[in-house]
Amino acid sequence: MPSYIGTATSRVDGRAKVTGTAKYAGEFGASDLVYGAVVESTIPKGRIVRIDVSDALRVDGVIDVLTHENRPHMAEAPGAWKDEVAPDVGSPFRPLYDDIVMFNNQPIALVVADEWETARFAASLVRVDYERAAHATDLYAVRDTVRDLQKPFKSSKPRGNASAAYAAAAVRHEAEYYIPIEHHNPMELYASTAVWNGDGKLTVYDKTQGVQNVQRYLCSALGLSSDDVRVMSEFMGGGFGSGLRPQYQVVLATMGALKLQRSVRLVLTRQQMYELCFRPATIERLALGATTDGSLESLTHEAIAVTSHYEEFARDDTTWADGLYTCANTNYSHKVARVDLCTPSDMRAPGATTGVYALESAMDELAVALKLDPIALRLRCYSEREQGEDLPFTSKALRECYREGADAFGWDKRSPEPRSMRDGSELVGWGMATGVWEALQVPITARITLTANGHAEVACATSDIGTGTYTVMAQVTADALGLPIESITVKLGDSTLPQSPVEGGSWIATSIAAAIGTTADAVRAELLRRAQQMPKSQLAGMSPDNVTLTNGKIVSKQNPSHSALIADVMRHGKMDRIVQETTAKPNDIGKYARNTHSAIFAEVKIDEQLGIIRVTRVVSAIAAGRILNTKTGHSQIMGSVVWGIGMALHEETLIDHRFGRIMNANVAEYHMPVNADVHDIKVIFVDERDDIINPLGMKGLGEIGIVGVAAAIANAVYHATGKRVRDLPITLDKLQR
Amino acid sequence: MINFQYVRANDVADAVRHIATDPTAKFIAGGTNLIDLMKDDVERPSRLIDISRLPLNTVEETTDGGLRIGALVPNSDLAYHPLVQSRYPLLTSAILAGASQQLRNMASTGGNLLQRTRCAYFYDTATPCNKRTPGSGCSAINGLNRIHAILGTSEACIATHPSDMCVALAALDATVHVTGPDGERTIMFADFHRLPGDTPQRDTNLRPNEIITAIALPAPRFVTNYSYLKIRDRLSYAFALVSIAAALELEGGTIADARLALGGVAHKPWRDTGAEAALRGQPANQATFTRAADLLLRDAKGFEHNAFKIDLARRGIARTLTQAANGTPQSQADKKVR
Ligand SMILES: Cc1cc2nc3c(=O)[nH]c(=O)nc-3n(C[C@H](O)[C@H](O)[C@H](O)COP(=O)(O)OP(=O)(O)OC[C@H]3O[C@@H](n4cnc5c(N)ncnc54)[C@H](O)[C@@H]3O)c2cc1C
Ligand code: SF4
Repeated sequence: MPSYIGTATSRVDGRAKVTGTAKYAGEFGASDLVYGAVVESTIPKGRIVRIDVSDALRVDGVIDVLTHENRPHMAEAPGAWKDEVAPDVGSPFRPLYDDIVMFNNQPIALVVADEWETARFAASLVRVDYERAAHATDLYAVRDTVRDLQKPFKSSKPRGNASAAYAAAAVRHEAEYYIPIEHHNPMELYASTAVWNGDGKLTVYDKTQGVQNVQRYLCSALGLSSDDVRVMSEFMGGGFGSGLRPQYQVVLATMGALKLQRSVRLVLTRQQMYELCFRPATIERLALGATTDGSLESLTHEAIAVTSHYEEFARDDTTWADGLYTCANTNYSHKVARVDLCTPSDMRAPGATTGVYALESAMDELAVALKLDPIALRLRCYSEREQGEDLPFTSKALRECYREGADAFGWDKRSPEPRSMRDGSELVGWGMATGVWEALQVPITARITLTANGHAEVACATSDIGTGTYTVMAQVTADALGLPIESITVKLGDSTLPQSPVEGGSWIATSIAAAIGTTADAVRAELLRRAQQMPKSQLAGMSPDNVTLTNGKIVSKQNPSHSALIADVMRHGKMDRIVQETTAKPNDIGKYARNTHSAIFAEVKIDEQLGIIRVTRVVSAIAAGRILNTKTGHSQIMGSVVWGIGMALHEETLIDHRFGRIMNANVAEYHMPVNADVHDIKVIFVDERDDIINPLGMKGLGEIGIVGVAAAIANAVYHATGKRVRDLPITLDKLQR
Repeated sequence: MINFQYVRANDVADAVRHIATDPTAKFIAGGTNLIDLMKDDVERPSRLIDISRLPLNTVEETTDGGLRIGALVPNSDLAYHPLVQSRYPLLTSAILAGASQQLRNMASTGGNLLQRTRCAYFYDTATPCNKRTPGSGCSAINGLNRIHAILGTSEACIATHPSDMCVALAALDATVHVTGPDGERTIMFADFHRLPGDTPQRDTNLRPNEIITAIALPAPRFVTNYSYLKIRDRLSYAFALVSIAAALELEGGTIADARLALGGVAHKPWRDTGAEAALRGQPANQATFTRAADLLLRDAKGFEHNAFKIDLARRGIARTLTQAANGTPQSQADKKVR
């Protein structure tokens, strides 16, 4: 029997996706389907004084216009709107709740019509008078209003005395770094189709990273009974964190369906997606003090990030050094400043992508000040234990990442002086950085249905946001049941399936693998029990641990000639299927730090005269335990590296702060890398055996790949040019300043 | 989107008849710009006159040794046309520097001339913009103006014309053939696009009731010493911050004739015959190139976010002239600057 775990198994849903049979939220129909279009505010802050929908209603084909004045009932209490991943502090946005405008392009009405074009046209006819209020959208403009988190992170307590140690340090580096607002820009537009099944029952096809989260949210916010709403999301064209929280279109579509008692589809435009959520703009201040040999004496990392006026969104930017470097004196602080935009959200490796960019840029600057090779500095400070809580790691093969990455890159041929390497008219720069992320596991439930014909279905309400969840679930189930992968059907993305949290934080693959493992154990135990009831059973007296399932048989481990055909067992037991369901919780492994690590190496070539930057090579060496699927895993890392290139050189949401409006809300003017910007990317998975973290020794790969990439590129740009650009993205004009 | 009527023109005369009778109508060719503008509610034509099937899709040699390019020849077809590749390689290069393959497949020659600016305020009806709503004000002058013009701006508008192809057409002395109710006329390329002045709503001197039928190129020149260099925020699929079309005729080391035009810096493809004159008769060296660049940029004026363009253009001009002089034109496939 082949083993699938650890192999480059192709996506089991690949064919459905490329042939178009995979259906997305905006593609489901119903015989009574009507279409919604959103009207948005054109001011960033204030009140709607008058909203005139009469012209819109007069358009032929328009069925209704929902506003805060005529919408169906919704919960008043902010708590009723808190989804599973809502910030603890604040009151979530309630679409069409009242006349208050809290951000520009806020949804303020939903036009429903028998054709989408009609709805959209009518939406342009809704006339709104506002009473404006003073607004601010620029982090720098509100910097002096910054405040401490109302709900501080657990881990941020200071160690030693960072400022005294900094003052006394032989070599120091202090600087401020800036990351602008960035947007997720998944390919699939946000969409919901709320299908009215009659009798107040709804099936809502939604683009989301968590169907059960959306299901509970809709029931609570709109006062529906749990039995009446089913949420489906079998396929998702990219999420990156933007689909962790329910987005407003699902509320509007569902409200429309409730009010009209018919099916409503609402697909947002690309422009509208820029007011759903984003990575917060962040100012990061780093102060590093070291001895002349490069031992860190003092580390201060302070972050100020934007959040909305109505919620406190914050992800820890500042404590990542604790998983990387020893330092006795540290001070970490994360603060927020409120702006008149919608609430920011998680976006691939939230906190780390921004915080580690700043930390690893600062480490590079310190290495320059110390005249030390950047890797040597990191090895000098290498921590064998997590510093914040002083814990051992379940595993940390970061040294191997540095070594294998450096070897593959040819780092030893680097000449340390900036501007010392060139290729004709181009300056060549080599930079590196470290990455770190968490290896999380969450409680999740899997159900396996094994049928007598040798087929198994594995089911869980989780999502596949493009990461390959279908495939890893099939792999793990096939191995656990000893079946070929073709005999496995995976069911997910349906709120009626066994429990799952949202898919995010790189935790699903590991968690669901554990749950499939325990469920398959239960299937095996049940099969064995039944087999032992057969006359003259060869398996009599054996315990489940003594047998395996392979090739349609239950086989004794000690004596493989002792076995029973699963089909026979089921026939004898007069069963056509065995169904088992178990929940796997993060195993209690005691006090350990659980992290993935990486080392990234980047080569840039920069035209000396014009400042045009090309990222010609990237090597990313990843330590993430056992890799479940080297093919989908490789894709995760490669995509992350591409995104890191974008973060370093291209991505920036441009806001005109006078109007409080996003001015590049489209994928032509919001730049991300295109093929020409992406060259050689090498992904290395270093061997990292982890016997502690979970039985499979797995860690998760969804986010680690982006962490540190922007720093490696920024450091390479410095090495090429001698110019340190500390505000992203590094565009060519900044090299001329 | 607002409902509109759709008609398909049978021939050029039919197209002109349609547009002449309905001042709120618009021609549609590839639609790559017009449809976006309609979705954004910037253009609200009551009627679309589909000209995409008119027989204006051929590239033909003319009696004076030049080429006549039908207004509906797709940008891709034009770039890869053997006569263009061999005789007007500067034009091929400029076209391939623009947009993406998919867009170039759809975009027409005539539509490329008439594409609107990429100024973000122009596309956002919630903000003031003199080009969209005359008299409402220019949001860019004191706003996000990193991609805006440094030459020929006015108090009313500082937008750029975003085309790459047109920069090469300006350098190559093209003429625009148009037909209106009163018959045909030709417009010199330099006179086709306008500076904003106090009427930024008018991009060109094409009359509202005229159709572009063809672009004519004179007999080929500058086949060896030319280059099109586009400087942008990513290596492909981005509009130019500055682009430069340079073409030289060399006699020994001396410049016998020169063409120099810039994109991304003004409300029109910016050709400067004064700078060209300063190149003529001079040795093809850095001093000459820099002098020409300085001359071209003598009146350049930067705004809050785009002042860097002046120096960038200066260095870009010298570089592109060097590429042209060396006979090493910029490749549009390999993004390394030669
Ligand atoms: C994302 C994106 C990126 C782009 N990047 C670039 C770039 O880097 N460089 C570049 O040069 N261009 C770029 N373009 C612009 C593209 O080249 C133009 O949109 C295209 O050339 C327009 O041609 P079309 O046939 O599609 O015009 P349409 O959209 O059909 O028409 C545009 C205008 O021209 C009018 N019109 C069309 N044909 C005629 C005619 N024969 N006579 C009279 N009026 C006519 C129409 O009425 C309309 O007003 C980009 C476009 C997009 C959307
Ligand atoms: S630069 Fe021109 S197009 Fe842009 S806002 Fe000003 S007037 Fe409008």
